[in-house]
Amino acid sequence: MKRGLLASAALLGLLSAPAWGQQSIKIGFISTYSGPQASIGQDMRRSVELAVEHLGGKMAGKPIEVIYEDDQFKPEVGKQKSEKLVQQDKVNFVGGYIWSNVLLASLKTVTDDGDTILISSNAGPSQIAGELCSPNYFSTSWQNDQTPSAMGQFVQDKGIKKVYLISANYAAGKDMLAGFKRTFKGEIVGEDLTKWPDQLDFSAEMSKIRAAKPDAVFTFFPGAHGVQFLSQYAQTGLKGTIPLYTAFVIDALSLPQLKDLALGVPGAQSWVNDLPNEQNKKFVADFKKKHGVYPSFYGAQSYDTIMLIASAVEALKGDLSSKDKLRAELKKANFKSLRGDFKFNNNHFPIQNFYIQDTVKDADGNYTLKTVGVAMKDAKDAYGDKCKMK
Amino acid sequence: MTLLIEQTLNGIQLGLLMFLLAAGLTLVFGIMDLVNLAHGSLYMFGAYFCASFTAWTDSFVIGALLALPAALLLGVIVEVVVARKLYRRDHLDHVLATFGLILIANDLVRLVWGPDGRRIPLPAWLNQPIYLTPDLPYPTYRFAVIVVGAAVALFLYWLVTRTRTGMWIRAGASNRTMIGALGINVELLFTLVFGLGAVLAALAGLMAAPIVTVSIGMGDNILILAFVIIVIGGIGSIKGAFIAAMIVGMIDTLGRALLPDLLKTFLSVAAANTAAPALSSMMIYLLMAGVLVWRSTGLFGARG
Amino acid sequence: MAGLLTPLTTWRGRITALLLVLLGLLPWYAPWLDAAGIISQKFALTLMTRVLILAIAAVSLNLILGYGGMVSFGHAVYIGLGGYTVGIMAHHGVQDGFLQFPLAIGLSALLALAIGALSLRTRGVYFIMLTLAFAQLLYYVGVGLEAYGGDDGLTINRRSDFAGLLPTRGLDKIVAFYIVSFVVLVLVLWLVHRLVNARFGMALRGTKSNETRMQALGFATFHYRLAAFVIAGAICGLAGALLANHTEFISPAMMHWTRSGDLIVMVVLGGMGSLFGPLYGAIAFLLLEEFLPSLLRLVLTWLHGGISAVLGGAAIGTLDAWLRLAEYWQIALGTIMILVVLYARGGIDSLFGRPRHG
Repeated sequence: MKRGLLASAALLGLLSAPAWGQQSIKIGFISTYSGPQASIGQDMRRSVELAVEHLGGKMAGKPIEVIYEDDQFKPEVGKQKSEKLVQQDKVNFVGGYIWSNVLLASLKTVTDDGDTILISSNAGPSQIAGELCSPNYFSTSWQNDQTPSAMGQFVQDKGIKKVYLISANYAAGKDMLAGFKRTFKGEIVGEDLTKWPDQLDFSAEMSKIRAAKPDAVFTFFPGAHGVQFLSQYAQTGLKGTIPLYTAFVIDALSLPQLKDLALGVPGAQSWVNDLPNEQNKKFVADFKKKHGVYPSFYGAQSYDTIMLIASAVEALKGDLSSKDKLRAELKKANFKSLRGDFKFNNNHFPIQNFYIQDTVKDADGNYTLKTVGVAMKDAKDAYGDKCKMK
Repeated sequence: MTLLIEQTLNGIQLGLLMFLLAAGLTLVFGIMDLVNLAHGSLYMFGAYFCASFTAWTDSFVIGALLALPAALLLGVIVEVVVARKLYRRDHLDHVLATFGLILIANDLVRLVWGPDGRRIPLPAWLNQPIYLTPDLPYPTYRFAVIVVGAAVALFLYWLVTRTRTGMWIRAGASNRTMIGALGINVELLFTLVFGLGAVLAALAGLMAAPIVTVSIGMGDNILILAFVIIVIGGIGSIKGAFIAAMIVGMIDTLGRALLPDLLKTFLSVAAANTAAPALSSMMIYLLMAGVLVWRSTGLFGARG
Repeated sequence: MAGLLTPLTTWRGRITALLLVLLGLLPWYAPWLDAAGIISQKFALTLMTRVLILAIAAVSLNLILGYGGMVSFGHAVYIGLGGYTVGIMAHHGVQDGFLQFPLAIGLSALLALAIGALSLRTRGVYFIMLTLAFAQLLYYVGVGLEAYGGDDGLTINRRSDFAGLLPTRGLDKIVAFYIVSFVVLVLVLWLVHRLVNARFGMALRGTKSNETRMQALGFATFHYRLAAFVIAGAICGLAGALLANHTEFISPAMMHWTRSGDLIVMVVLGGMGSLFGPLYGAIAFLLLEEFLPSLLRLVLTWLHGGISAVLGGAAIGTLDAWLRLAEYWQIALGTIMILVVLYARGGIDSLFGRPRHG
């Protein structure tokens, strides 16, 4: 074993041999690159690569070095990878994080280090927006409750009276239902939380929905699970009978599989691929040219993560020695976000619009998303009061 | 009442799907004494093969029919290259080696098919509900699953109880050294059984695919469920696997369907909403624990 | 304590001794590794602390699996219970380690007593699945504990406090906790060594190879097996309490069945029924997980360099495309596991010479 240990030590030495020193801007990026949710990680990674390309590979004249680490969809692995990025690679920023539980497990490792800034590109659990908020934490996504709240508002405004809720039985899934209930004031005729992540069959729940006779169904299932839910919703004949409203079910990643199943099923999102600002047009067009598919909101938020970092690094002319100055620059959010300009709330979550999206076919016959309305304008999350930061 | 009928059908359908997966597992386990964790990977490959062939031929039925021989071939390759060398080892070696196979299978699928999942589109005639009574629609495809599942169960029953091969299989399940002594080509029999197991797993995978969609690692969690079933039924017993699969399918479905309302009769709504999903996830494990504490070799098991 | 090691005259003894010395002295030469640019001091210590703690869990599993032939597929449940005990107490403001740790160990022992009493009546795969079932039940209880974060888990804001003896900040905290983990590991190894070489251990090993004979000899085999099961659970609970302190975070994922599977892999990979096998296994498994992708990238870079020198760079694609292959490192890990099973029977431990029990 000694030989093994020495050998791996020697190899490590070789691996870290290119002495970048303080010459480059180092960004760690944690996402899921293996297993059933790997398509999300791939989309995020492609968007980060595109952001680096758009920046010409440099921030304030210094080369950008991005180190991608796979959390394997497991909190403890995500935490280990965060440790590696912070302690071994000594990165300046850690971005990424799809999953709330991975982010929560990794939070202290990154933000308590003092030298590293964490920028969540997706997950936004309420704890971090509230009592666990940290000066070293920023978000370029949203707080978990917000998107379903926007959907709840939309459903409420439509005058729908009776809604059935169904979601995955884990923390974010429960957050989603709580968010929906915050703005929807009508009657909840049924509520189901399904086993996560391994429930394969929603037949029992579908039958219950039919029997409950609601005016509408609201659902949250990210990634592959959303595709399963929608397929079964159609097979059971519920689609077309009871309108479905969603959060995080229909996106650019699930559309190529869902195709016509997604037609007529609205979703809520803070970014949609057709938002009419220049940077967004460029992002979507370049992404499509490079990969032949549309980017998803996961990718857009990841792109924003890199651009937010770039804005702060440029403002400081590449001098990251003062963390106070760096935090102050980040707090300004002085960059061209793909969703248009936004401000940070006191807990470093964006104050932003939420849109209602619908599925349409583009000129080439591909399925894509289209903004059809604004559900909430300049929405603040509900947990800023619990955060001690000003 | 219609709801109860519908949920019963749901339970039968889930049970039959689980039976297909469990049947192959219990055969391989019972006859070769091999704990094959990679059985779930064969399930996954069946679904991916079917997705590719369906996209290629534009027909789910042809795609499914082509996927089965492909799975048989894969099964035979796995048997000859790895599994065969494991028969004489103990269970832990099996666990370690076939766990290695799972890792390889998942990354191989990602390499070949990419990280995106696949949805297998159903032909129109399968993709709509049929009306059992005017107010009871039921998805046609789930009916098809029930029909195919029941047919395979009958075929296996016939194979095991009425044919010579079946006799060897039964002999193998109860006494492995004896079939060698009978002058049967044991090696060939084992390859055959392993291949049959692979085909059954692939069949389960491709039948589940239009319902659950095809994704990497789709067989990993359901594998645990399959093990639960064969253990409840008793290792090596097809009959046991069938009965256990039906019980598990029923309990799982009815648990999810009825538990929340049941709990609400003596708990607050909030407490019931919290407890019901947790409890329904636990049900099948409670069932297994109960059965094993009561009968230490499952319902129809011969040995441990 | 001396009896712990095999004689230094054998290769096996020398390697084991050297490994323990290397592990024990890591905090002192880690700065040197850092200065040489091999691995950062903090990361080396953090990573190896994790390895040591999971090695403790693997050693405890080996007591029942390797010596007693009881394949528990739910051993991670005690890691979870130990961790949750520390986490929940910390959540309610009880930081005293002298309260947390005994409680974590005691509760794990109780849980093991209950699970063991019910499971040990079954054999073989039925036993495996029954232990899995109980672990899954506890896992779902953890998911349902909404007051403590449910599926999201719970952040531990302050580590266990041992009368203020352990530093609470910066590098000192990391170094001190590493040393604590190492000492606990050595103590656990010593305890297991004493146990398996005592009459208790003889009886336990006897029940593994021939239970009927042991019964005929008048041993209450069930009680021996149950006692071993409880001791293993208690030690694993200790590992869980340490792990919660190390990660400063608890979640149901700690006791997911795949974690129990990892522990089995460590024991089998390292060498069952050998005292140090689980330690080798934990080191090999966790370091492979951590460094295999980097290692593959290195190998691919060399290969690409070599082949493109011979065939010309254009013929074989860019280095980037090659390096992408390293993302599929689990294929390599899986292959290694299969090869170990097929060609290195007895695990890593057997590579060092004649296996010795105890």
